[in-house]
Amino acid sequence: MPETIQLPTTEAAIRALKAGDEVEITGLMVTARDAAHKYMIEQRPDYLHEVLNDSMIYHCGPVVAKEGDTYRFVAAGPTTSIREEPYEADVMGLYKVRGVIGKGGMGPKTLAGCRDYGGVYLHAIGGLAAVLADSIKEVVNVYMLEEFGVPEAIWVIRVENFPAVVTMDSHGTSLHTAILDASTKAQKELYEQRD
Amino acid sequence: MQDAFLELIRRASTQLPKDVLDAIESYRTKEAPDSMAQSILGKMLENARLAKAKSVPLCQDTGTLIFYVDYPKRIPQKKITDAITKAAIAATEKQYLRPNSVDPRTEKNTGNNLGIGHPSLHFHQWDKPYLRARLILKGGGCENVGIQYKLPDKALGAGRDLEGVRRCIIDAAVQAQGRGCAPGVLGVCIGGDRGYGYIASKEQLFRKLDDTNPAKELAQLEARCLEEINQLGIGPMGLGGRTTVFGVKIGTANRLPASYFVTVSYMCWSYRRKQMIIRDGKVRYA
Repeated sequence: MPETIQLPTTEAAIRALKAGDEVEITGLMVTARDAAHKYMIEQRPDYLHEVLNDSMIYHCGPVVAKEGDTYRFVAAGPTTSIREEPYEADVMGLYKVRGVIGKGGMGPKTLAGCRDYGGVYLHAIGGLAAVLADSIKEVVNVYMLEEFGVPEAIWVIRVENFPAVVTMDSHGTSLHTAILDASTKAQKELYEQRD
Repeated sequence: MQDAFLELIRRASTQLPKDVLDAIESYRTKEAPDSMAQSILGKMLENARLAKAKSVPLCQDTGTLIFYVDYPKRIPQKKITDAITKAAIAATEKQYLRPNSVDPRTEKNTGNNLGIGHPSLHFHQWDKPYLRARLILKGGGCENVGIQYKLPDKALGAGRDLEGVRRCIIDAAVQAQGRGCAPGVLGVCIGGDRGYGYIASKEQLFRKLDDTNPAKELAQLEARCLEEINQLGIGPMGLGGRTTVFGVKIGTANRLPASYFVTVSYMCWSYRRKQMIIRDGKVRYA
C-alpha cells in the first residue's frame, strides 16, 4: 500500500522516504512551472513563503474551468521537470520546499538540493490528467494569473490521495540515473548484434 | 463544418483510439504481476475511461493541433482553414483544449490556441469526392524528445543504410527515456530535407498500431526495432519495465545524394489521434 504524506510535512518524514516508494499526498500544494520558477528566483516574492514552507511544488500547467468566482481543475497531469533544473534547488532552499512533483526526473543540482535541504523528487504519471484532476479537490488561491496565463500561473490547490512515486531521495539515489545507465548498457549490447 | 471540426477536436482530446487502448491492456498483462509498470499501465486505462466519461481532456497538455487535411477541388481551402480556426477558439472556450499558444516575442499566451503556425495545417487537394481531416494533439513533452539524425553518425556507428537507421531509432528511444511519456510510438522518416522529415515522421503516427508496413524491408525493421526497444528496460514513464514503446512506424522520402536524415517523432501514450470524413454532408469519425 502506498504511504500517505500529509502536507505540510516535516524534514524527518521526507528524509525517511527512499527512491522507489509509492506515496499518496494529501493537503495544500502549489503549481509552478517555467515562468513561476524564474519569478521565484529573480523576484523572490515573500508572500509565497507561507504556502511553500514544508509543502510541495507541482510541475503542472492545468486546464482550468471558471465557475462563478471559483476555479476548478479539469485536467492536471505533470509537466516535464528538467526545464526547472537551473532553479529548483535554489527554490527548495529559499522556500523550504519538501517535495517537487513532476515527470521525467531532474538532474544532479536538484538531487544535491534534495540532500542539502531535506527534500524529494516525486514522479507523477504523465498524461494522467483526468485521474489526477479528480484528486485535486479545491483551488484555494491563484497568483500571477494575469501575468503568466492559465498554464503558468501559481495555483494553490488542496489535494487528496494524489498518487506519486519517489524517484529521487534525500540520500543521493536517483531511479532515473539507474535506468538511464542500464538502458544505455542494453543499447550497446543491441549494437553488438548485427545481421 | 465548424461544428464538425469542434467535435473532431473534442473526440481527439477526450478519447483514446481503440487500437491504443488494446495495446495498453495487452502490454499491461505482459508486465510482471504487481509491478509498478503494471500499476502505471492500469492507471492509464483508468484515466482513459474517466476522460471519456466526463468528456474532459485526457492530458492537460492538449498539445499542438496538427491537422492533415485531404480535400476535393470544389471546397475552397480557405473555408476549411476558417472552420478549423473557429473550432479551435470554441474548443478552448469549452476546455477541450488548454490555451496553449505563446508568442515568443511578447511571451504572452494568445489564449485561444491561434497564432503563427498554430494550428499546424497540412493541406492536400485530392481527386476523391469527400473531405478527410486527420488530427493529432501532440503535447510538448513528447515533442521535445523528437530528434533528427544526419548519417553517417560516427558516435552511433551508423552508416547510410537500414542498419544505421536501426541504430538511430534505438538511440532515440534511449535518449527519450520516459520523458516523452512512455510507452510511446515512434514515427520515423528516412530521407527528405530537415523540414519535410518531421512532417512525414508525424504523418506516420496516423497509422494504426496493429497495421503492417506494405514495404517488406520497412515492416521487418519496424518489428525488430519494436522488439529491441522493449528490451531496454526503460518502461512506462521511464520507471522501469518491459513496455517502452507500443510501436515503431517508418516511412521514407527521397533525399539529396548529399543528405541522409533519419527523423524520429515521439508520440506519447496519450495518443490523441482522430479522423473525420465529410461525405455528402454526412460526418463520420474514426
